[in-house]
Amino acid sequence: MIYAYFLVAIAVIIGAQRIADLRAKRALYLALGVALLCAPIFDRNDATFNVLADAGIFVLLALGLNIVVGYAGLLDLGYAAFFAIGAYTYAMMASPQFNLHLPFWLLLFLAAGFAALFGIILGAPTLRLRGDYLAIVTLGFGEIVPQIFQNLTQYTGGPNGIGALDFPSFFGRSFGQSTIPYYYVVLGLIALALFFAHNLRDSRLGRAWMAIREDELAARHMGINTTAVKLAAFALGASFSGLAGVVFAAKLSLVSPDLFQFQVSVLIVSMLVLGGMGNIPGVVVGALTLVLVNNVVLPQANNIAASAGLHVDFGNYHFFIYGAILVMIMLFKPEGLLPSRQRKEELHHAAA
Amino acid sequence: MLRLEHVSKRFGELVAVDDVSLHVQAGTIAAIIGPNGAGKSTLFNTITGIYPPSTGEILFQGKRIDGWPTHRIAAAGIARTFQNIRLFSFMAAIDNVMAGEDAHLHAQLWDSLLHTLRQRREEKEARQRARDLLRFVGLEGVSETYARNLPYGSQRRLEIARALASRPKLLLLDEPAAGMNPKEKREFGELVRAIRERGITVLLIEHDMGLVMNVSEEITVLDHGERIAHGTPAEVRNDPRVIAAYLGTAVA
Repeated sequence: MIYAYFLVAIAVIIGAQRIADLRAKRALYLALGVALLCAPIFDRNDATFNVLADAGIFVLLALGLNIVVGYAGLLDLGYAAFFAIGAYTYAMMASPQFNLHLPFWLLLFLAAGFAALFGIILGAPTLRLRGDYLAIVTLGFGEIVPQIFQNLTQYTGGPNGIGALDFPSFFGRSFGQSTIPYYYVVLGLIALALFFAHNLRDSRLGRAWMAIREDELAARHMGINTTAVKLAAFALGASFSGLAGVVFAAKLSLVSPDLFQFQVSVLIVSMLVLGGMGNIPGVVVGALTLVLVNNVVLPQANNIAASAGLHVDFGNYHFFIYGAILVMIMLFKPEGLLPSRQRKEELHHAAA
Repeated sequence: MLRLEHVSKRFGELVAVDDVSLHVQAGTIAAIIGPNGAGKSTLFNTITGIYPPSTGEILFQGKRIDGWPTHRIAAAGIARTFQNIRLFSFMAAIDNVMAGEDAHLHAQLWDSLLHTLRQRREEKEARQRARDLLRFVGLEGVSETYARNLPYGSQRRLEIARALASRPKLLLLDEPAAGMNPKEKREFGELVRAIRERGITVLLIEHDMGLVMNVSEEITVLDHGERIAHGTPAEVRNDPRVIAAYLGTAVA
């Protein structure tokens, strides 16, 4: 059953790319949206919506990173840091940790703001860096942030993290143990993120990002303030991640530093590479595909292997599997499954 | 309009620009010529703030601009093209031009996020201005083509359209006619005059003597980073030091 959700969503998004008529395309997306909204009425399986909410959190993360990497061309390998900042914002302000019990909805805003602020703080020292150098520095930040959460034991619970986080509530009604409310929150946030990501691409800011990605020096000569524009990319990208972090922490009711390790950043970058950097539908498909592999296919493979009397944990092989997927993509479709027009041409030219 | 006072630029031991003073009058077409390695492009880079001068002052419309960041100098009204074309390769021609308008757009972060009425109106106007500029440089009909896919001569024109989009008062052209055939060069000369007709002062670096002598009213000659001559085309043509610099003979 869970496969049906992923495969239908992926098929609809890929199919929509082949439709030239804008209205038919919109109608198709709208139908998908309505179907996703109505799904919990017919399907009351909590586990399904747990996986779907996780998938949605990764779609949010991928959309956020896409702004930094896909639009502005700034390779960020430490993106999970902002996810962690969002999650810890909720954990510290809605738990017995400090006996602060701020509402979930307020913390969504606060965490987005905090993450954006840290996006600027961590982005500022990297402004002069490009390409490999930028990737290394951001990778460093991605390592530092979970370390800080791990070592500030008196505030963050150290390696054990913070547990027993508050259940969010909606007009006085607690989310409780059900995962369906989280699913709806995630759907709402994705809708918002899609709206913003789409608008940004066709705007003054989006054009400036494209320009600095193509040629930063020329962009400066056109009067584009590259400092401000890059910091805006870091801040906006991070804010999506902050939102995702809050939902993630609330749903799990727990945060700990090991949830935000380097592999999370790698996973999100892999989603962009797989789906097609810079292209919104591509990024969503990339995120859904890898979550499907990670959270559905691998655990099931374990069960099948166990019932056949084999003791293999496919979860241990997930990096091997991403690696294989990425190598295949690089060999056969380096622009990703659903690339933007730019990226396709770029790689086409590079090959020629 | 533009005044350079004893500008020098050193890179370690190398003196790329040596005590150059220059005054470009508003409304003129001026040229900087000189053999390869004379420091012409370095001088442009110094003017546009890529690297500030080691010594000396640069004044634009009476204000000192040396030390300003490049984007601020651009916004103040100095636009340029590059010796080796630096377009935004994988952006449509029209988007290249619209990127050039950036400093004159007012859309803030919120406008970009929400596509407010103000942002939509502004984008529409910006697009129209960009179309007009493409027509002005003779590139109507290719507005949706990626810069990368345009023929060489069109790329040069697109760079000029993009520079004009930033509404410059002074336009710096760095070897704009390089690689053009004689017909394209003639047309290009016309374009430079048309730009001046719009009230934009032009300062160009060019190797093609035919073009330089034809279009410019004042010429400055650089050699080994030093200014060796200055004057009208006729004066410069007959200056023995200029002849020596180009032909490599010793000055008597």
